[in-house]
Amino acid sequence: MVLNMGPQHPSTHGVLRVVLRLDGETVIDLDCDIGYLHRGMEKIAENRMYTQIAPYWDRLDYIAAVSNGLVWVETVEQMMGLPVPPRAHYLRTILTELNRIASHLLWLATHALDIGAVTVLLWALREREEILKIFERQFGARLTCHAWRVGGMPNDAYDDFNKDVRQFVNNFPKRLDEYETVLSENRIWLSRTVGIGVISAEDAIAIGLSGPALRGSGVPWDVRKSRPYAAYADMDFDVPLGENGDTYDRYLVRLEEMRQSRRIIDQALEKLPDGPVNAKLPKVVKPPAGDYYHSIEGPKGEIGCYIVSDGTAQPWRVRVRPPSFVNLQALRQMCVGHLVADVVAIIGTLDIVLGEIDR
Amino acid sequence: MLLLGPINVLNDLLLKTGLSAETVNYFVWPLIQIGIVVTLVALWVAYATYLERKISAFMQARLGPMRVGPWGLLQPIADGLKLLTKEDFIPENADRWIFFFAPYIAVASAFIVFSVIPFGPDWAVIADVNIGLLLVLAVSSVGVLALILAGWSSNSKYALLGGLRSSAQMVSYEVAMGLSLIGALMFARTLSLSGIVGAQGSDSIWYIVYQPAGFLLFLISGIAENNRAPFDLPEAESELVAGFHTEYSGMRWSLFFMAEYAAMVVVSAVATTVYLGGWYFPFVNRLETSGYHNLYVIVSLLVFLVKASIILYIYFWLRWTLPRFRYDQLMDIGWKWLIPSALINIVLSGLAIFVVQALNYSGKLKTIEHLDRGLNMTAAGKGIVFGIGVLSLFATAAVLARINWRSRDFNLKVQRRDIKLVNLPKGKPAVQAES
Repeated sequence: MVLNMGPQHPSTHGVLRVVLRLDGETVIDLDCDIGYLHRGMEKIAENRMYTQIAPYWDRLDYIAAVSNGLVWVETVEQMMGLPVPPRAHYLRTILTELNRIASHLLWLATHALDIGAVTVLLWALREREEILKIFERQFGARLTCHAWRVGGMPNDAYDDFNKDVRQFVNNFPKRLDEYETVLSENRIWLSRTVGIGVISAEDAIAIGLSGPALRGSGVPWDVRKSRPYAAYADMDFDVPLGENGDTYDRYLVRLEEMRQSRRIIDQALEKLPDGPVNAKLPKVVKPPAGDYYHSIEGPKGEIGCYIVSDGTAQPWRVRVRPPSFVNLQALRQMCVGHLVADVVAIIGTLDIVLGEIDR
Repeated sequence: MLLLGPINVLNDLLLKTGLSAETVNYFVWPLIQIGIVVTLVALWVAYATYLERKISAFMQARLGPMRVGPWGLLQPIADGLKLLTKEDFIPENADRWIFFFAPYIAVASAFIVFSVIPFGPDWAVIADVNIGLLLVLAVSSVGVLALILAGWSSNSKYALLGGLRSSAQMVSYEVAMGLSLIGALMFARTLSLSGIVGAQGSDSIWYIVYQPAGFLLFLISGIAENNRAPFDLPEAESELVAGFHTEYSGMRWSLFFMAEYAAMVVVSAVATTVYLGGWYFPFVNRLETSGYHNLYVIVSLLVFLVKASIILYIYFWLRWTLPRFRYDQLMDIGWKWLIPSALINIVLSGLAIFVVQALNYSGKLKTIEHLDRGLNMTAAGKGIVFGIGVLSLFATAAVLARINWRSRDFNLKVQRRDIKLVNLPKGKPAVQAES
C-alpha cells in the first residue's frame, strides 16, 4: 500500500510530504517530497545589500531565528575583517544559547506529542514562553526577531536583562527534571524510542548529519568547540555524546545540551564585560571580492553560510548549508523496516524545520 | 415520604387512564426509566468531555474552557450546538449507507449496555437480566463493528488503517476483559449485575479486596477496549490523523465521540458494579432501615455515580500522562501479559475458594457463613482469600517475568545507558574579538 503522508498531516512538522510504501504497517520504502515552502531566499539575497539580507536569514529556521541571524552577520564581519566588541560577542553567546534552549524545548514538545505524551507539550512551551519574553523585550519580536546587525547589535541589553536571564537560569533545571520524570524512565517512552531509527557513526558522517543527530551516534563534533565563534572560546562546557545513535540517545543528548546551554549562559552572564556593542562600520558594507564560508552550531546542527562577493554592495552568490535539509536525508535509512508509528517518531527526532529545508 | 409522593401520584394517574396494571408496570414505567437514563447518560457523557478538558488543563498549567457560562460550564452544550449545525460531509466514493450508519451502531451499542447497569437499588435498575454481565460483554463488542465499518467505508487509507488496528485491538482485549471478570464471578456465583452487587452487600465486602489483580486487569483491558490513551492507536492523531473517523464531520463525528465517552462510562460502571460494591457504601442502608426508602435509593445512586466517576478520572489521568504504545507493543501486552495474567488470576481465585471450602467442610475452621447470595465468608475466610489475592499479584508478576524474560520491551531498563559528557579540545577561534 502506498500511503501519502503530508503535506497536510499533523506530525510532519510543517509541509513535508512523505510517500510511504507499506507492507501492512511496515515501511518498505519512502520518499521525501520537499519544496512546498520554497521562497528563493538565496536568489533574493543576490539582489539585496549585505545589511538588508540579515532579516531574511531569520526566516530560514524560524524556530531559531537568533542563531540563523548570527551566521549571516558573522560571515559578513569576517569577510570585512571587522572586529566586534567583546560585549557584543558575549551577548550573542547568551542570546543564541537561549535560542538553542527555546528550539530544543519546541523539539521536546512536538516530539513528545508525536509519541503521544500531550502534557509535555504544554510544559515545554511554558518554559519557552519565558525565553520568548526575554526576546520580546530585547529585540521587539518573539519568533522572527531580527537580532543582530553587521558589526554588533542594534542596541545594548535592556535594563533588567541580567535579572530576567538569571531568573530563567535559576528556574530551568527544576523544570528539566520535571520532563525527565515524565519521560526518561517511562516504560512506554523507552519502548517507543530505544532502538528506533538507529544510524551508525559511519553512516551519520557519510550522510553529513550534524548537531544532536550526529552526536547521538557518538561522533565528537561541535562547531562551538572545533571552531569557536562569538565568545565560545572563553566558555567551559561539555559536549554530550550518545552511544547507539537511536532516538532515545538523541533525546538524551538534546536534554543534556539544554543543561550545558544553561551552563554557558550562566558563565557568560558572570563574565559579561562592559563597553560598546557596536563596531564602527563604513557607510556601505562592501566586503572585498572573494568567497568565504563560515558556520556556527545552530540548535539543529551546523548552519553554514557561503558568500561569493564581487566587491560590490550586493553578494554575487549566496549558499546556505541548512542542517535540517542535510539531516532529513537520513530519514529513509532510519525508517525502512520500522512501523508507521516509528516514522512519526523519527521525523520528530530529526528535528526538522521546513522553512530551512525549502528556503 | 415526601420523595415517594410524586411517583405514587403518577402511578395512580397512569392507572386511571385505563391502562392495566401490567402495562403500567412492564411497559410505561420502563419507558420512563429508559428516557431518564438516556438523558442523564447523555448529559454525563457531555460533561465527561468538559471534565476531561478541565482536568487536562489543570495538569498542563492552564485553565481550560472558561468563556461559555461560569467556569465554562455551558461549553459542552455550545459544542453540541456547533456540531449539530456543521456540514455533514460525505467523501466521494465512500460507501454511503455504511458511512451513514456506522456512527449509529457505535452509539447504540454503547447506550444499550446501560439498560442492565444497576445504578442503585429498587427502581434505579431498568432491567435486571440474569445474564447481565454476558449481555454487557456481548453488546459492547458490537461496537467494534462500527469502527471497522466506519474505517472501511470512508475510502481513506488512514481510516482503513485505523479500522484495521481497532478491530485487532478490540478483539484481543475482549478476551482479556472477559477472562479477568471470571474471578469475581466465582465469588458472586451469579451473572446478574444486581446479583453481583447484592452478593458484595451481603458479604459486606468489595470484590476489589478479593480480586486486586482482576480489578487491575479489567481496568487495563477496559481502557484498551475503549481505545483510550495509552492504547488510542486506532485514532492516533499523530500517525493516522484521526484513524477511523478521519473523514467524519459534524454530528456523525460527535456521535463517535459520544460513543467513546459512553463506552468509558460503561466500563467505569461495570468496574464499579463488579469490583467496587456497586451502590453500596457503609452506613447508607441505615436510611432504608429508618424508613426513607426513596432517599436511600437516591443516595445510593449518587454513591454509584461518584465511584464510577473516580474510575473515569483514572482514564483522564492516564491519557494526559502517558505516551502512546506502538501497534505491535499493544498486541504484545494483550496476548503476552494480560491474557496469561487473567488465566493465572482465575486459577488462583479457584485455589482460594478451594482452600476456604476445604477448611470449612473438613470442620477445622469455620470460613463460610452461607451461600445464599454469593459466597459469604467469616472473617477468617475473608482473610485467607485476601491473602491469596495479594499473593496472586506477586505470583502473576513472577510468571509474567518468566514468560517475557527475553522480550525486548521487558529488558528496556537494562538496555538504558547514560550518555557520555566529553570536554572536546578547543580549536582555533573563527572570529576575532576587538581587544
